[in-house]
Amino acid sequence: MTAVLGAIGRPVLQALAAVGRVALFAAQVLGHILRPPFYLRELGLAVLQIGWFSLPVVALTAIFTGGALALQIYAGGSRFNAETVVPSIVAIGITRELGPVLGGLMVAARVASSIAAEIGTMKVTEQIDALVTLSTNPLKYLAVPRVLAATLSMPVLVAVGDAIGIMGGWLVGITRLDFNSAVYLKNTVDFLEGWDIGSGLVKGAVFGFIVALMGCYHGMNSARGAQGVGAATKAAVVSASVLILASNYVLTEVFFTS
Amino acid sequence: MIELRGVHKRFGENRVLQGVDLTVASGTSMVIIGGSGTGKSVLLKCILGLVRPDQGTITLDGQDVTKADRDAFLARFGMLFQGGALFDSLKVWENVAFRLVRGAKPLPKAQAREVAIEKLRRVGLKPETADQFPAELSGGMQKRVGLARAIAANPEIIFFDEPTTGLDPIMAGVINDLIREIVTEMGATAMTITHDMSSVRAIADNVAMLHGGVIRWTGPVSEMDATPDPYVQQFIHGRAEGPIASVR
Repeated sequence: MTAVLGAIGRPVLQALAAVGRVALFAAQVLGHILRPPFYLRELGLAVLQIGWFSLPVVALTAIFTGGALALQIYAGGSRFNAETVVPSIVAIGITRELGPVLGGLMVAARVASSIAAEIGTMKVTEQIDALVTLSTNPLKYLAVPRVLAATLSMPVLVAVGDAIGIMGGWLVGITRLDFNSAVYLKNTVDFLEGWDIGSGLVKGAVFGFIVALMGCYHGMNSARGAQGVGAATKAAVVSASVLILASNYVLTEVFFTS
Repeated sequence: MIELRGVHKRFGENRVLQGVDLTVASGTSMVIIGGSGTGKSVLLKCILGLVRPDQGTITLDGQDVTKADRDAFLARFGMLFQGGALFDSLKVWENVAFRLVRGAKPLPKAQAREVAIEKLRRVGLKPETADQFPAELSGGMQKRVGLARAIAANPEIIFFDEPTTGLDPIMAGVINDLIREIVTEMGATAMTITHDMSSVRAIADNVAMLHGGVIRWTGPVSEMDATPDPYVQQFIHGRAEGPIASVR
């Protein structure tokens, strides 16, 4: 009986401890954001790495998702003569859900992994110890700029992804589904509300925070050796992806059911 | 003066330090020898506050290092890490000038660059190296850059962690000579960890041997060869037979 309880209790306690460590790490990062010194050069580089260089992957994801969504909604809508809803449903689906979630997952794959690998390598090669001996707080120098950059960049990426995703739907609509271009665009604009877009941008900011936080947390807690860095990278991507999906559900509940 | 009294540190079941007592006088060069995994690096990291000891006291000029103002305390130190620990994303001069452009009294960038180039020259590197990235340099050059970074802010105390590991004998000799020259010229207190007996003879004023979590023997380098301590004798002569187990 004790063995069974132990087998159940041990992973539960380990999971709770991990949640506590991540929460503490997040609190430390947030606590440092507003306190000097500010590493603006590192922030600028992180915006470039996380935001600018993620644009192609987010844009490609968005355009194909918009196109596929238009085809699916058309096929489903035609069962009850509701093909005309394609523009509005594509727009709402992209801005509320698919834009931020798929964009977040793509950025998680690209950015959380690279942050974890970079910081993990810095840890195993004693670069983080070197930062400390040079009177520089590693959390402030490495984590804060990346978390801030991801939190600020993701809403912009989501906005760009939204526009391109809607354009993907429009392209498929006018070339494959015989929609009139002006009517498609009018239906998109008429049925789209400001909060459809705003909620997606807020989600983007939250997902950006999660992506960078997981990258930094797992990088800084990387075990020794190549295997340790590999494990940290994998853990960063998996945890960021799961947290994005979980937080997306919570945010959707908060934004659209209350 | 750096003083360690009864310093203990364990990692899980592994009791690395079991009551280290050691005194390093100001302006002297202390070399710590000992087998792999005996806790030499942990000892240095305890002094720097990178690792918190479980027990014991470490003082610098009579002040407990755990209670000192961290920035002011660390500003007195320079450290050369075993692998160099250079920041890959920064150019060589930015690595060397890292402390100079940050902290309480940051230098203007141009002035910091000048100081960095001067320090690079001091360790035998050409000014052209300044604009390269660490990955473009050989192992020996990276060590020299690490050395330039360690001395960039003219620290009072310099730690060297395995300064010649991975270098060929000629480059190791060059690094040893540089360390000795710099320490003498700056009047700094130095603590070096090494397995390399030629380094010990080139760098040390005093030697301490760490084994079994305690300092087995300490004394002037001139007395090292004559000591009857079997641990020291086995180590300095690299014998497989003796009180130190060859398989650990």
